[in-house]
This record gives sequence, C-alpha cells and structure tokens, in this order.
Amino acid sequence: MTTDLALFIGLAAISILTAISMLLSRDSIYSALFLVLNFLAVATLYLLLNAAFIAMVQITVYAGAIMVLFLFVIMLLGPSRDTLGGPFRWQLPAAILLGLGLVAELAISILGRGEALPAGATSLGEAFGSPSSVGKLLFSEYLVPFEITSVLLLVAMVGAIILTRRKKREGS
Amino acid sequence: MNVPTSYIIALSGVLFSLGILGVLIRRNTIVIFMSIELMLNSANLAFIAFARMLAPAADALRGQVIVFFIIAVAAAEVAVGLALIVAIFRNKETVNIDEVNSLQG
Repeated sequence: MTTDLALFIGLAAISILTAISMLLSRDSIYSALFLVLNFLAVATLYLLLNAAFIAMVQITVYAGAIMVLFLFVIMLLGPSRDTLGGPFRWQLPAAILLGLGLVAELAISILGRGEALPAGATSLGEAFGSPSSVGKLLFSEYLVPFEITSVLLLVAMVGAIILTRRKKREGS
Repeated sequence: MNVPTSYIIALSGVLFSLGILGVLIRRNTIVIFMSIELMLNSANLAFIAFARMLAPAADALRGQVIVFFIIAVAAAEVAVGLALIVAIFRNKETVNIDEVNSLQG
C-alpha cells in the first residue's frame, strides 16, 4: 500500500466517523464540534488534492465563520435534548434503509464500472490551485459572478438582520 | 495524491448519503441544517477531485473556482437560515421541526 493510499484511507475514515458521530450525538454542541472535525479532515484532503487555496478558504469560512455562527445560535437558543426518529415509528428504520440503498447504488455506479477513474498526473508543480492562479481566474474570467457573489452576501446580511430584528411597536 | 479518483468520489457519495440520513432522522432544526452543510461539502469534494483528475489541462482550475462560489453561497445560506431558525424560536419556543406545523391542514 502506498503512502498516498494510507493517507487517503485515514482521512476518509476520520471524515466518515465524524459525520456519523455528528448524526448520533444527542447534544447539538457536540454535533457542531464533530462537524468542525469533519471539515478539517476534508480540508486536509483538499490540500493533498493540490487545492491549497480552497483548503484555506474551507478552514476560514466553513470551520471558522460558519461553525462559529452555528455555535452562537446553539448557545443563544439554549441546549435541547433530541430524540432520533420522527412521530412515526417506521421513520428511523425507513431512513436507514433508504440511506443504505443510496450508498449501495452510488457504490455500484462509481466503483462497479469496468475500470476505475484514473488518478491525476503525478507531478503538477505548485502553481496549480495556488492563490495566485485561482485569483487570476477569479478576477479575469469569473469577474461578474464574483461581483454578484458580493451582492449576494450583502443581501444575505441585510436579510438576516431584518429577520431577527425585534419589532419595536406591534400594531400601534 | 496518487489515489484513483473513483475512491474520492465514493467518499463524497458516502458523506452525501450521511447528510441525507441526518436530514431524515434528526428532529433538531440546527442539526438538520448542519447535515445540509455536510452535503454541500461532499459536492465540493467531488468538484476538487475531478479538477485534480483533469489537472494538467488549462480548464481544470475552473472546478476549484466553482467550489469557491459554492462556499460563498453556503455562507449566505447559513446566515439567512440561522436567522430563520432564531425567528421561529422567538414565535414557537422550539427548534424541534415536528412542532413547527402551523401550516398543516
């Protein structure tokens, strides 16, 4: 077994185990912290896949900003114990059955083909996926989507403020 | 990393299925939302894996640019979604999704 394969199997095991722990932990704080671990494992995978810039964005935006927002809201609303499954008794087994079915179909369609999809070229050089190369593409060809993204973030910010604002006088 | 792309796509598929399972079995709105983030993240992983597979080609970097945009949209979505959860909590004093059924006929 090569080092790369061992690294991949380790990271894959960490990300799958943390995702399962996120689903099963009763306390939503623990779910959030397991999700942070999962994001960090996936960010390490991005690094190994020559996506250095995206890996750093993943850590700062996902594991940093978004998860802090989640933890903030969980602490604002207070802890709530949760039970698995819904109002129907068959909901949990049905969900697990359907999830396993989806995994089986994905496995057949991805791994059951005649030959596996190849790995990429062995040596790429450090330019691929570096901040300068991604940034060059972002600010030349994808400039308009980039600007639209900034408008989208502004709209989301204004929307969040309006949604959570307490009304001063109701009805008056 | 010299691993067949199929393996990475398979990992992405497993993470996506776990996200769907989370949406189906959990009742806490915040955890359901986290599962949606997990699904978005698995889609990002597939994009990065395919970008790496096609790497020497000039177009391959576009996969990473798309992931950048997905992360930005996810950030906006989280801000609005959590604001909605807080607003619902103000009115109903609950984050359990089964108790938010005012629109039920």
